[in-house]
Amino acid sequence: MYDGGKIIAGIIIFLAFATFPFYSNIGKADIKPPKPSLDTPVIKELAVKKCVEPKEYMRANHMQLLIDWRDAALREGKRIYINSRGEEVFISLQNTCMKCHSNKKKFCDECHSYANVDPYCWDCHFAKAKQEEQR
Amino acid sequence: MGALFSFGAVVVLLLIPAIGAGALKMHSLFGVVIPYLAVVIFLGGLIYRVVGWGKVPVPFKIPTTCGQQKSLPWIKHSKLESPATSWEVAARMFLEVVLFRSLFRNLRTEKTPADRVVYASSKWLWLGGIAFHYSFLIVFIRHLRFFKHPTPKFVSIIESFDGFLQIGSPHLFVTGLVLFGAAFYLFLRRVFVPAVRYISLPADYFPLFLIMAIAGTGMLMRYFWKVDIIKVKELTLGLATFNPTVPDGIGVIFYIHLFLVSALFAYFPFSKLVHLGGVFLSPTRNLANNSRMVYHPNPWNYPVKVHTYEEYEEEFRDKMIAVGIPVEKEPPKEEEEKAETEETEGKE
Repeated sequence: MYDGGKIIAGIIIFLAFATFPFYSNIGKADIKPPKPSLDTPVIKELAVKKCVEPKEYMRANHMQLLIDWRDAALREGKRIYINSRGEEVFISLQNTCMKCHSNKKKFCDECHSYANVDPYCWDCHFAKAKQEEQR
Repeated sequence: MGALFSFGAVVVLLLIPAIGAGALKMHSLFGVVIPYLAVVIFLGGLIYRVVGWGKVPVPFKIPTTCGQQKSLPWIKHSKLESPATSWEVAARMFLEVVLFRSLFRNLRTEKTPADRVVYASSKWLWLGGIAFHYSFLIVFIRHLRFFKHPTPKFVSIIESFDGFLQIGSPHLFVTGLVLFGAAFYLFLRRVFVPAVRYISLPADYFPLFLIMAIAGTGMLMRYFWKVDIIKVKELTLGLATFNPTVPDGIGVIFYIHLFLVSALFAYFPFSKLVHLGGVFLSPTRNLANNSRMVYHPNPWNYPVKVHTYEEYEEEFRDKMIAVGIPVEKEPPKEEEEKAETEETEGKE
């Protein structure tokens, strides 16, 4: 090989970048996916534990539902959402969603930090703890 | 037509995971085996190609220049356009790699009605190329969030800039749209510019379609047919930590996206896309224009067998004298002859 030193140096630099996710994760094989906690007083008292929409749908699409709710409530003034079971739900993050899921840290943040998502819900809304603090 | 053939090939690549992971539920094949295989082919293939180029001798200094070469002190030397030292070469190469300077010089050639050939600056290819490569780079870096936990800070910063429009939920990433749009523009250019269409081959269309399909499935998955991102990260993080797990219930669109990316990785080293490594090994770019200052040995040189005039005369001197041809050296006297011959041979 001609100019072998330079070429091998180049290959090593390339490999350092390309395999970064592999070598920087050595010894981290035990990272467990988050388990959002449903352990809140309100959920415990529910006879039938059901969210607004089915669990599988909520896991993948809750962000879409929430942004649609925001548009409905704030831009169209609609406060009633009819879910896939035909039930009427009051559109409100703080009074509907967070009535049950009052544990933002253990419920919302758990997955959001795992997936590195930083939703701007809390730019306007308060988490329960902060809500009480304000009163 | 090349474009149709390539389009068909990408459609087949879409159908393979749609059937394999969607209908036949071969999730560990499409989620673990194929991605690992693709990464191995990508890394191995790229090294193989680069080493292959390294073995090719460069017999001449052949930098392409477009500026005044280093000359007399009072003639202004164009350091970037005609580099004379390794540092100048490095600067030129760096600007080529990050700014695509040679594309910036792209010209459009046209004939006026009066049959005169005119040249005009044409920056569209450069602009499309810049938009395409940089948005792809950012999209690529953003995906680190699936392979690292906790996600590095710089990824979050890039994401917040990329999603600054705050459209929808999850936020629209501008680079995804730009990547698709730029690839689409580069495709349209091949179709609508006759001169470019004439030289376009399936190998030119295929990567464009493949990348459009990757950007398209990625955006579909993010904005429309959403998948459970937590399970996706569980799978991808498993790949990065060599602890592969295949959670149930990830939408088939994810496997399609992953398979297309795997196809791109595996295709990469053996196609035009390998200019990722090739740009650094282009002799027209990475050599200094110093052939008047520095001796450049041809690495191909082997000892050439020569027959000098002295040897020739030595061989035929008797005959030359016999027919009256003048010789440079008179025939040696009898006792000196042996020594003389040895001396001449030694000179070779």
